[in-house]
Amino acid sequence: MKDSELSIQPQKSRRGLWIVIGVIAVAIIIVVAGALTNWFGLGTSPIQLNGAGSSFAFPLMSAWSTQYNALTGVQINYQATGSGAGINAVVAKNLDFGGTDAPLNTTQHTQNPTLLTIPESLGPVTVAYNLPGLPAHINLTGPIVANIYLGVTTKWDDANITAINPGVTFPSTSIFVQYRSDSSGTTFVFTDYLSKASVQFAAQVGKGKLVAWPVGSGAPQNQGVSNAVKGQAGAIGYVELAYVVQNSMSYAKIKNAAGSYILPDLNSTAAAAASSAGSLPAGNGDWSQVSITNATGSSSYPVATFTYLLVYQELNIYPSGMTEVKAKALVDFLRWAVGNVAQTAAASLTYASLPASVVTLDVTTIRTITFNGVALLP
Amino acid sequence: MVFPFRRGTRRALLHPTGSSWGDLLFRAGSGAAGFAILALLALLAVVLAINALPSFRAFGFGFLGSTAWNPVRDEFGALPFIYGTLITSAIALLLGVPVSLGIAIFVAELSPGSIRVPLTYVIELLAAVPSVVYGLWGLFVLVPLITTYVSPALQGALGFLPIFQGQIYDRNLFTAGVILAIMIIPTVSAVSRDALLAVPQHQREAALSLGATRWESIRIAVLSYARSGIFGAVMLGFGRAFGETMAVTMVIGNRNAISASWFAPAQTLSSIIANSAREGAAGSLELGAIVELGLVLMLVAFLINVFARFMVWRFLGKREGGLE
Repeated sequence: MKDSELSIQPQKSRRGLWIVIGVIAVAIIIVVAGALTNWFGLGTSPIQLNGAGSSFAFPLMSAWSTQYNALTGVQINYQATGSGAGINAVVAKNLDFGGTDAPLNTTQHTQNPTLLTIPESLGPVTVAYNLPGLPAHINLTGPIVANIYLGVTTKWDDANITAINPGVTFPSTSIFVQYRSDSSGTTFVFTDYLSKASVQFAAQVGKGKLVAWPVGSGAPQNQGVSNAVKGQAGAIGYVELAYVVQNSMSYAKIKNAAGSYILPDLNSTAAAAASSAGSLPAGNGDWSQVSITNATGSSSYPVATFTYLLVYQELNIYPSGMTEVKAKALVDFLRWAVGNVAQTAAASLTYASLPASVVTLDVTTIRTITFNGVALLP
Repeated sequence: MVFPFRRGTRRALLHPTGSSWGDLLFRAGSGAAGFAILALLALLAVVLAINALPSFRAFGFGFLGSTAWNPVRDEFGALPFIYGTLITSAIALLLGVPVSLGIAIFVAELSPGSIRVPLTYVIELLAAVPSVVYGLWGLFVLVPLITTYVSPALQGALGFLPIFQGQIYDRNLFTAGVILAIMIIPTVSAVSRDALLAVPQHQREAALSLGATRWESIRIAVLSYARSGIFGAVMLGFGRAFGETMAVTMVIGNRNAISASWFAPAQTLSSIIANSAREGAAGSLELGAIVELGLVLMLVAFLINVFARFMVWRFLGKREGGLE
């Protein structure tokens, strides 16, 4: 009995030995694998450019990333963290470039005067609704949408709505208001437009990436709002064009500044951009007041936005990781992105092409980017 | 006599009170690990407090009582979120605890062994399902079901109560409460079952021998004996409901307002943090307010824990006094 008890001990310690050997073996495998990857990687290490921000631009950046990698071997990593996070990260110099739908505000611009603003694409924000049996595109105006989002207009058969939709019979159901619950450039554009359309909206809610909505319920991301609108009859929401197309939802024609009801599409969005392109600031200027909502021109869709890339004018300011080769690659990518090939590719993803005047402005801006004071693009 | 041990073991056995280097090292190592948890808590509190400072300076204690949450105007207040958190947790407990107790009593007292084991496994499995899965299921299955059938029926039958009046939004306080109830059932029932199983057999036998029915013996001898454990289980469930983020954010509707109606969208402390965490530059008032919400959440969780411990301690004290 005593013997057998004692003989247990060596077995236990042998098991302990095996555990130690196992741990050491795993550690060796990890180290060797890491070393091998590094070793193999060294020879053909691709240049990596890291960006993040606007989730609106994410589908476009993913497509561009694949296309540009095939073309040049440069790898572009873009994360859809949201416009606010994109600005924060590029200001903290954690990113090579940031993406945002809302331009830097005046404070942010003053604190980061060398952060350049480069509009790289543009898109409309649609007003989507769920009214079974009604036409796919009813007419709405900015003041009506503002009143719906203020909780003033609560029924679909409101006299203001029926008056501008002759021949359409609206149900007397409640309007279920849906908005973005997360910080969003889409919300910024939408509230920017509603603030222009309604004095009361500007006073009560104002414009921002996150605002205090008086009524309604919120869902995260464009897809969340799309699902919320699709999930409840009588719902209204605002999402980007790509999402209403993918989800085959109904969306409204909005009355523009010239008085026509305009359907959001690539042409009406480009028209809105072209009508305000003449008054854009320089790349290193203050873009906080730039807005192409409620644009003039008879064919302009009134709820549209640029989406911007943010890049430093002098690139040798990063604490680590930035080299002249990488800086050159970044500038080359920017030049390619605003060029013909990339802009044409954007159209197939329901992003409108930049007007020629904006491309010219962008190229001028990109030419000012330097590394140690030396311009990178001839 | 030859010891079949290696050197260290033999020395430890030969000098049971002696302090070898190994002992010292072990003591220091485990001591460091023990203190690390205290340091972690302190660091967490300090970092949260520092980041919340701008908001605390601007609003003081009024932050807790204010209903404003307007990033455009830099006005922030926590009351709608505290309200949303308390109401959803209360609904969760209201719906979840009776079901959990039923499960626990069935598993511990009534079920035959052949059902008990698989049932126990299933309950524990449910407790391990990640909350985002509950959220997805809630959003795509539960929400339409409740909106179409349950909510209108409730409004029809109990519409005279303010909590069941008004427009029925599909994602609202009530759906969030129901999801939470489902999420706390595994935890509450598993822990209550353990408490019931810990009741000595002679308790039941004594009650039965005095002529009690099955129900009476469970009520008098088992439930009252195990009540501190059951209370602890309920508090654990409350804790989970209170801090749950992912599933709630998906089904609560995210409106920063206090509404009397359970069918209106709302926001909890954790869901507003999840929704606005990406906003706010470092040092800004907005980020300060978001972090302060985190601090409030931590503080309330701490208070609940203290209260639960206090109640358990009180129950325990009473019961032991009564029995002996």
